Amino acid sequence: MGEKGRGWNLGLAGLLTPVTIWLGLFFLIPLLLILAYSFGTSGVYGGITLGFNPGNYLKVFDPLYLQIIGRTFFIAALTTLLCLALGYPLAYFIVFKGYRRRNLLILLVMVPFWTSLLIRAYSWVVILSGNGIANKFLQFIGVTDEPLTLIFTPEAVLMGMVYSYLPFMILPLYASLEKFDTRLKEAAKDLGASRWQTFWRVTFPLSMPGVIAGSILVFIPSAGEFVIPQLLGGSRTVMTGTLIQTQFGAARDWAFGSALSVMLAVLLLAAILFYVRRVGTDKLEGM
Amino acid sequence: MAAKAGGPMQKGVGKLPDRALFLFSLLIYAFLYAPILVLMFFSFNSSKSTQSWTGFSTEWYRALLTDQTIHDAFRTSMIVGVTATLIATAIGTLTALALTRHNFRGQTFADSTIYAATVMPEIVVGVSLLVFFVAVFLPLGVELGIVTIVIAHVAFTVSFVTIVVRARLAGMDESLEEAAQDLGAGPVTTFVRVTLPLILPGVMAGALLAFTLSFDDFVITFFVSGVGSSTLPLKIYSMIKFGVTPVINALSTVVLVVTMILIFGGSRLLSRREGA
Repeated sequence: MGEKGRGWNLGLAGLLTPVTIWLGLFFLIPLLLILAYSFGTSGVYGGITLGFNPGNYLKVFDPLYLQIIGRTFFIAALTTLLCLALGYPLAYFIVFKGYRRRNLLILLVMVPFWTSLLIRAYSWVVILSGNGIANKFLQFIGVTDEPLTLIFTPEAVLMGMVYSYLPFMILPLYASLEKFDTRLKEAAKDLGASRWQTFWRVTFPLSMPGVIAGSILVFIPSAGEFVIPQLLGGSRTVMTGTLIQTQFGAARDWAFGSALSVMLAVLLLAAILFYVRRVGTDKLEGM
Repeated sequence: MAAKAGGPMQKGVGKLPDRALFLFSLLIYAFLYAPILVLMFFSFNSSKSTQSWTGFSTEWYRALLTDQTIHDAFRTSMIVGVTATLIATAIGTLTALALTRHNFRGQTFADSTIYAATVMPEIVVGVSLLVFFVAVFLPLGVELGIVTIVIAHVAFTVSFVTIVVRARLAGMDESLEEAAQDLGAGPVTTFVRVTLPLILPGVMAGALLAFTLSFDDFVITFFVSGVGSSTLPLKIYSMIKFGVTPVINALSTVVLVVTMILIFGGSRLLSRREGA
């Protein structure tokens, strides 16, 4: 550690120049640009006049748009919760009951994690559409006689989201449970704790870093999602991502689209800070 | 003592939750794989329907082989993926070295920017790059196309490479570098002969991650691609929008199988290297 370079020198500048140029020019400056555009005024043919026009942000309070934003955060939160409820038992199973098959079991989670989200969302289009497998199954078990409208509903979007982001929850949970010292469980048991008590008072609190990481990894992309609502929600379940895309596409209102993007980024950041504060600090204390 | 006496009974109670947990896990795996299998299944359907089975056929795979637009999209995806991966891996490795081997003013800012780039919603990155390219690149005569796609892909993958390589560097024994330098090796020789071979698995993992992210990316590419060039995900998306046909299932099956082979192969390679 004593050998660590201190302060700036030529070598360090050389190492950092490429990333500074790339992330500065193609990440930070574009973000500042949409911040500037969000206060601009869109022309009729898509041009933009810079200035200080808070109108784009005020437009967000239109009940129509408020409903879309509310729906976005509701679906994202529900997706996160469902992923946690479905993913935690699986991660627990792999770590504590997987034994020698542990590596294979986690690899089976990594395969969907690495494969195209677009293709995995499309698989639900095939299943839910018209007279697809889902409807055939429902008719077979006698829930319905006529095919039901399953696609282009909020439930279809939720289904697609949970399916797409479940591996994003399981992997960090696995990583944090894997580090767990099983002797702590034995100690709790020896001290007379039931399985239930051991889980809630020992195992779960110690896996909090995984819960937080997984929740953030699921919540952010689902709140910004635009492919799944497009394919499975249609025009009836519009989410913020779809709304932003429309402003930069058909609607050609770049100023409003920029304002929505800035707002989405800021709201997400606030939600994460709030979540980490609420769930994080009091549970993470003493770790 | 009391706990010991309760032992066998607790074990008896413990069996039911264990079985429930096993069953639940099985269902989750089924949930993860069933939709993919359904999709693959209908790629072999003889009728144009993706909903009812009429018989086995490889017609849609033959259609795949003759569709020139799909071949073009695949070529674009490969060119973009390889170029972006090479650039992002080089820049990411240098950045990881800077962040682990040096303390400097502005380090917190650099760290935050790198993490922000990994968590920023893709749609925000996509539209901000679109606005930037239209405002800065178009006046310079650079149209939206393969160049802007590569630039965007490097911008969103470089942070992932940095994080992966950095994790490897953090676990490295620095005294080896010190030893090399004590023996008279310069900084460049030390890096090429000592540091790089040691962090190579991390660099390779970072490159693999960058390639996969680039090859699969839809959202950011959608905004920065312009009208001329289409990558494979863009092609798949437009095919789905145009109308669901088994050709999409066939194409998806090919992409899925190739990805799976890469993952299994990659994990084999990594575990063998760790074992050696």
